[in-house]
Amino acid sequence: MANLVEIRGLKVEAKTDANRRIEIVKDVDLDLVPGEIVALIGESGSGKTTIALTLMGHTRTGCSISAGSVMVDGQDVVQMSEQQRSRLRGAVVSYVPQSAALAFNPAKAIMDQVIEVTQIHGIMPAEEARQRAIELFRALSLPNPETIGERYPHQVSGGQLQRLAAAMALIANPKIVIFDEPTTALDVTTQIEVLRAFKDVMRRAGAAAIYVSHDLAVVAQLADRIAVLRNGEVQEMGQTVQILEQARHPYTRELIAAFEPHRAPVVLNEIDERRPLLDVENVVAGYGWSKIDSSLLVKAVDNVSLQLYEGRNLGIVGESGCGKSTLACAISGILPAVSGHIIFDGRELGPGYKERTAQQKREMQIVFQYADAALNPARSIDDILGRPLAFYHGLTGEAQSKRINALLDMVRLPTSLRGRRPGELSGGQKQRVNFARALAAEPKLIICDEVTSALDTVVVAAIIDLLRELQQELSLSYIFISHDLSMVQAICDKIVVMYQGKAVEELAVENMTQPQHPYTQLLFSSVPKLDPNWLDSLARERPILTA
Amino acid sequence: MTVETSSTTRRRPRYQIKVVGMLGLAIIVFWLIVAALGPHLAPYPIGDIVDQDYFGPMSRDFWLGSDYLGRDMLSRIVYGARYTLGISLAAVTMACTCGVVLGMSAAVAGGWFDSVLSRFLDAMSSIPSKLFALVVVSAVGSSIPVLIFMLAVIYTPGSYRFARALAVNIAAMDYITIARLRGEKMFHIITAEVLPNIIGPVLTDLGLRFVFIVLLLSGMSFLGLGVQPPAADWGGLVRENIDGLPFAAPAVILPSIAIATLTIAVNLFIDNLPVKIRDRSE
Amino acid sequence: MNKHILFLITNRIIISLITLLIIAVIVFVATTLLPGDTATILLGQSATPEAIEGLRKAMHLDEPAFTRFISWILAFLHGDLGISYSNNMPVADMVGRRLLNSLKLASVTTAFAVPLSLFLGVTTAVMRGSLYDRAVTIFTIGVISIPEFIVATTAVLIFAVYLKWLPALSLTADIDTLAGLLRAYAMPVITLTCVVSAQMIRMTRAAVIDALASPYVEMALLKGASRKRLVLSHALPNSLGPIANAMALSLSYLLGGVIIVETIFNYPGIAKLMVDAVTTRDLPLIQSCAMIFCLAYLLLVTIADLIAILSNPRLR
Repeated sequence: MANLVEIRGLKVEAKTDANRRIEIVKDVDLDLVPGEIVALIGESGSGKTTIALTLMGHTRTGCSISAGSVMVDGQDVVQMSEQQRSRLRGAVVSYVPQSAALAFNPAKAIMDQVIEVTQIHGIMPAEEARQRAIELFRALSLPNPETIGERYPHQVSGGQLQRLAAAMALIANPKIVIFDEPTTALDVTTQIEVLRAFKDVMRRAGAAAIYVSHDLAVVAQLADRIAVLRNGEVQEMGQTVQILEQARHPYTRELIAAFEPHRAPVVLNEIDERRPLLDVENVVAGYGWSKIDSSLLVKAVDNVSLQLYEGRNLGIVGESGCGKSTLACAISGILPAVSGHIIFDGRELGPGYKERTAQQKREMQIVFQYADAALNPARSIDDILGRPLAFYHGLTGEAQSKRINALLDMVRLPTSLRGRRPGELSGGQKQRVNFARALAAEPKLIICDEVTSALDTVVVAAIIDLLRELQQELSLSYIFISHDLSMVQAICDKIVVMYQGKAVEELAVENMTQPQHPYTQLLFSSVPKLDPNWLDSLARERPILTA
Repeated sequence: MTVETSSTTRRRPRYQIKVVGMLGLAIIVFWLIVAALGPHLAPYPIGDIVDQDYFGPMSRDFWLGSDYLGRDMLSRIVYGARYTLGISLAAVTMACTCGVVLGMSAAVAGGWFDSVLSRFLDAMSSIPSKLFALVVVSAVGSSIPVLIFMLAVIYTPGSYRFARALAVNIAAMDYITIARLRGEKMFHIITAEVLPNIIGPVLTDLGLRFVFIVLLLSGMSFLGLGVQPPAADWGGLVRENIDGLPFAAPAVILPSIAIATLTIAVNLFIDNLPVKIRDRSE
Repeated sequence: MNKHILFLITNRIIISLITLLIIAVIVFVATTLLPGDTATILLGQSATPEAIEGLRKAMHLDEPAFTRFISWILAFLHGDLGISYSNNMPVADMVGRRLLNSLKLASVTTAFAVPLSLFLGVTTAVMRGSLYDRAVTIFTIGVISIPEFIVATTAVLIFAVYLKWLPALSLTADIDTLAGLLRAYAMPVITLTCVVSAQMIRMTRAAVIDALASPYVEMALLKGASRKRLVLSHALPNSLGPIANAMALSLSYLLGGVIIVETIFNYPGIAKLMVDAVTTRDLPLIQSCAMIFCLAYLLLVTIADLIAILSNPRLR
């Protein structure tokens, strides 16, 4: 069968702020036959989206195709005029964006945007297009397919918008659809529905697709072939099963290994049952406190209790909006709890951080998700680590300098980084500095709020190993707040599952993989597995949860 | 000239300023030197009537012609530079210092302090600047300290608003939360955590505000409400010699050109700064 | 229209009213805390203490500032703007005619400036980086950078001195014929249009460029939409709010610019009246003019904010 797409020797250049030119896609070859789904997988900066967009002759601002050819349906997109390209876009090749919430025009009704492509290319009359859109909405199992198109983008949920974007891409019967990380912004339980809808509709439409993602397990459910990318180069390419089972390239193996449960044997220390390090009792926290009727407008954390013992780790998991981050804020005093008790190391803490003693503040540290936001970009690593040392321990001069070296050593960073600014470090290095600053306080408890979510899969494993080592050296206790179940299972000996502000289930180390509560079961079963048949084997009818 | 900034790439790149920006900078430096060395550069004493002719053309004796009384224009423009630049620089420094300090404090402190200050300064800034100047001058007269103070008061709300908008974004960052949790005082948060991150845009804003102040000062002087005779800044020189306009005397055109070169130069310089430093929505 | 919008709108209007009150306080304080006693200024240094005392009583100057402020505000709300110090005419009469003149000038300027800047702003944004864009940008930077009186004198130099199309500084009162009217208005309108358009062009251009850089415009591009469609159907509807804001801000700038322009061209408008009042220290007149200017400014800004609220699709 003739190739629908033939990319040969593709190179894309980008211009940096300093006007230097760098190659972000280096000599890529790629083929696509009709009806086939090829996945491009890689980390941020691997060039996967850039390659996919060249199929439409589009490059983002500052980038340009510098060499090679992109043959789509027998024509070279690189050589086309902008006018020829616009005839191709939407009609032959269509696009499903990463964030449909941003890609829909907020000022126009959804239906108008979905059928716009048929109007631009004069493919079918508006009325016919509307009928076809409603069919697609139904095929994508959207609620109220007849009327959902009349709404505006801000009136429907993220998961629905993502499916509407797929309808928008399919309405003109394109030969190729580009999916650009279409489920990355969604929660796992929503992701399943969207993936299933995509799979069904693609099977029916018979169009070919390029599926861009960083998540190997998601890709395994849909793709016929997988191309593994790194630094703008194809590392390895093959049939999905072949990549998953007989990966040849070391980087591919690393990616696959990151999915193995990297669970070290947990050696639980003796604990004094009567004296937890942290005892949270019936905490209620949220936003919009009204003095008139003494109640909260939004109750983000509703009567949650939990205990953490010295030297142990507690995981708090749940999907976005479940209140887990608010709980972290309440424990650390950033957002004072409106009722309940927080007892730390035997003493009750004030609800707000301002009401806590210097020692209490020092012994409980919090590490945030985005190292970029947690480290002041205008200050050197030296300043960032030096300040807490001077503030808590009065260390200055030579003593401070020695201690900074020791801290960097603890988080396995070379001392040569001391003069650098955070912007000059990699994501993993920044997160290590973030931890080093918490360690400078010599805390008893570190609250980790989604610390691995912004990192690439391969880096996550290294950070978890580091945390484990630090725990043994310094007898620390951790609280992990995360949506990433496998990460939490890897390091915690107790997991609290939160749903709609409540702690619905507490799982100890022995029964960590056998949840009882229906929501927990749904959550656990929604985490994609590397098995290509995982999605199809899932029960068609999933439990529907109400508050 | 290259300017070093905090960058986000691995190697700190050095940014090149474009040629037009360089030209702008050169003109700014030129006027600063003229203002600083004024008395040494002026060929004639400032008040002396040296030409028999009034509105004299440019000649070898009087490079830039003479004014409506026959005084040397070159000397008057050189001295005018001292008034225009001196008053504007003093006012812009006061305005931006107050504005930035208040703006950062409001952003970090939040709560009622922020609301009250913002509401009050918003009301202040909704009085058109020329109008405010007119009311003040009508009330307290127009001496140089009054002018400086008035210009500073007029441009403080704008600077406050700008600095606060930047600082609010910084204050929401996790590193500020961390500093607060540590128990840091307001002074440390403002000077060590917030200021280094907004200093680039703040300096750019200072440049633009300087232009506004030069424009307002010149306008006031042109109306006869700014620098009072016999002293004259550039705006005052245009006013004095406005009768020369119908025959395009250099005495009315040259001070105008002086103002235009200064303000356009500052704008060109700022417009051609690398994006990282400018970082300002238009 | 739903409750939320209604709430936002009333909220915005209340804020404007509070701002107006603060402005009234500032204007009142600035004009009444003059060094020197008003009665003394009016009667001159040679007046007898009894005469001064009598006038103070008559003008209620002996009452506390707060009471005077309240009665001033109340009178103002009733349209009683007080009596001019300098010629004993009711301020309302003096202001009325002049205000009409100024409004005429402002509306003619707006009729020229708004369509012109919308066109230039949008087209430069679309053709960003082209020669045309750069030429317009250089022009706008130039006009923004120089004082209004230089724009005015340059206009005089070009149109009156070199081209001799229009009379220079003298303004003929002959506005009965169309030609006379055009000649009378031409120079001030040209100057004000230049000054106001420069701001509007810049801000419109920035707003459209902002909208063009958004993901939904990229999405439309990837649907194969033409340039025209990208701008007219996707970018513009979303930049209406910012553009309205830019227009209001620039038109309010007209209030400042008009002071210089009316003085230069000797135009009998309200700004000229105020400048004259400042030289004669005619307090009731200054207060009234100041309040009228601030009112106009607030009105413009409030309207812009209301348009922004109403054009926000998320509030529909």
